Amino acid sequence: MSTVIKVENLSKAYQLGQFNTGTISQDLNRWWARVRGKEDPFLKIGEKNVRSTKGTSNVVWSLKDVSLDIEQGDAIGIVGKNGAGKSTLLKILSRVTSPTQGLVKIKGRIASLLEVGTGFHPELSGRENIFLNGAILGMRKKEIERKFDEIVDFSGVERYIDTPVKRYSSGMYVRLAFAVAAHLESEILIVDEVLAVGDAEFQKKCLGKMQEVSKGEGRTVLFVSHNLSAIKQLCSKGVYLRDGEMIMEGTSEEAIVQYLSFNQKKNLVDVYSKPNIEGKDIELVYAEVVDAKNLHRKQFEISEEITINLTMHCNRKIPSVYGYIVIKNRQEEIFIESDTFDVLPNSLENLQLGDNRFQIKIRSNTLPFGDYLCYVSFASSFSDTYSVDIPGEILNFTVVDTLTQRGTSRRSKTGTLLKWELQHALK
Amino acid sequence: MKSNNDNQWDVIIQPHDRLFHINFAEVYRYRDLLGLIVKRDFVASYKQTILGPLWFFIQPLFTMVMYTFIFGKLAGFSTDGLPKPLFYLVGITTWNYFSDTLNKTSNVFKDNASIFGKVYFPRLIMPLSIVVSNLVKFGVQLLLLCFVMLFYVYTGVSFSPSYYLAFFPVVIVLMAAQGLGFGMIVSAMTTKYRDLAFLVTFGVQLAMYATPVIYPFSSVPPQYQGIISLNPMTAIVELSRLGLLGQGYFSMQSFGYCVLFTVSILLIGVIIFNKVEKNFVDTI
Repeated sequence: MSTVIKVENLSKAYQLGQFNTGTISQDLNRWWARVRGKEDPFLKIGEKNVRSTKGTSNVVWSLKDVSLDIEQGDAIGIVGKNGAGKSTLLKILSRVTSPTQGLVKIKGRIASLLEVGTGFHPELSGRENIFLNGAILGMRKKEIERKFDEIVDFSGVERYIDTPVKRYSSGMYVRLAFAVAAHLESEILIVDEVLAVGDAEFQKKCLGKMQEVSKGEGRTVLFVSHNLSAIKQLCSKGVYLRDGEMIMEGTSEEAIVQYLSFNQKKNLVDVYSKPNIEGKDIELVYAEVVDAKNLHRKQFEISEEITINLTMHCNRKIPSVYGYIVIKNRQEEIFIESDTFDVLPNSLENLQLGDNRFQIKIRSNTLPFGDYLCYVSFASSFSDTYSVDIPGEILNFTVVDTLTQRGTSRRSKTGTLLKWELQHALK
Repeated sequence: MKSNNDNQWDVIIQPHDRLFHINFAEVYRYRDLLGLIVKRDFVASYKQTILGPLWFFIQPLFTMVMYTFIFGKLAGFSTDGLPKPLFYLVGITTWNYFSDTLNKTSNVFKDNASIFGKVYFPRLIMPLSIVVSNLVKFGVQLLLLCFVMLFYVYTGVSFSPSYYLAFFPVVIVLMAAQGLGFGMIVSAMTTKYRDLAFLVTFGVQLAMYATPVIYPFSSVPPQYQGIISLNPMTAIVELSRLGLLGQGYFSMQSFGYCVLFTVSILLIGVIIFNKVEKNFVDTI
């Protein structure tokens, strides 16, 4: 087995904030440093990419010193939270952007699928788009002609092949787009989260195709997904990234286990309370999960109402501020995502100076049994001028299902329990 | 293993390439893409229109009529003794090619940001496709010019194409290169700061008046002739007129200046473009 991709100390820095008149002076400084043969002064003060805390520098390392050897025929799954640097790594490997430091050496042709249907033009027919998209992905016209029937067959949209793709259903669109990409003749295939679209049947087909590519044809596959079971199924090796750094490299199972266990180790408390007010314009000072009697609890029955109490301290009124909440399980699967614009009026716009109390109710029979994390953040369109609080993952609670017969063997995605109502007995 | 030097690798990705490192072989390999993009531009822009490609004719035709009326009749500008519509049409056709190429190339990063952000292919393909697309359009408009010329031949108005017509292909290459070169410089500079894009849009409009499009070079007062001939498009418009209609200004000096200018602009454009294309995705 030979190495086909060699990544050496790869780093990538991004600049945060807006580009405007302020940045031009930085640019001039940077240029002057380069003319004198010095290091970029703004990169030195760069920080780790931890998004929940506001840093002092507006340069952030979204990849830091990543080294990796990938051998021919490997199927590698890359896991990590959002913002861990997975996509940045794939973007550099696909040559969409270049690294700030470090080196990548590649042997063979790379086909990257960072998005399905890049360059599809809505006005053109399916046929024309197959050619255009294929050429954008690096295929020669002859190659596409040779594979044309195969592509159409795989996509299953033969009947519409001469219809402009703007009249396609979104499903057909994605199928056609993936079909083109799946038939690329490359030694290395890079796939980023594209399976999130399309129905279950199609996802299965795509996974099957990718398996065929890696196992059957001996090509190298790099795969990013939040669907951990897909990674486990498809990949033999795994890489775990956190905050731009490579934490480990091993089998895909090891990487997944480590990724999940890190998420669980986080020191979550039952009650979130901040003794010292930091002086932000809006700050969350207290949060807890309570039951219907307003008593603090950690465990709830599936049929109970769950209430989240929040106390916010307001030092200065902020225009168009809103709150955001996510309820997710340990596998980062989101069950509820909501913000204060969902049910108008947005109550955060009427904050009074001082402490404000809020109650968020999750109706009974909403969540299935499981362990949940609660992520809270606040934002405003004028975040530059005002400081708002981003508390992050602050609460956890458990929902159990002990009162029903089916209980924990239930596979429902919601906590709904159905009643079979007898209307009338037939004689 | 380290001794297995870098030759075994097909691609090496690193922060900075050499200044003039352009992989022309790669651009050539993607020539099918160029053709398909040109085709897409044509097919897509006239889908769901009634007149379709006729719009290629309508725009220069109406401009010609307007110019003939305003600059020819009302203002009474000289046209070197040539039929007014014909005089303006040559100017309009060549100038439009230049300005369209320049404007479109200036926005190449902005317009294609979504594709560039997701797939790698030699970025140079996009500006080149603009040049070719416009070239096709230019060819069609040249056809219109031929019709108008034939019409004048038929009505017996005198003008005679000169042997300078042999230069015409060179002229086309020169103006394509100029539009491309300027456009690439602007495009690279606007990825981070958009100011220049605004400047260019109206700057190009104004620059037309500093080019002998609506007046012949011969009617420019001698004290201004120096300035006007600094404009690299001057030689191109005048030479086209001299070739096609037999009236125009030509000197080896101005032609040589034009060639030199074009080559350097193109070179600078390619270098800057090449430097910016690697990282612009992060800033656009």
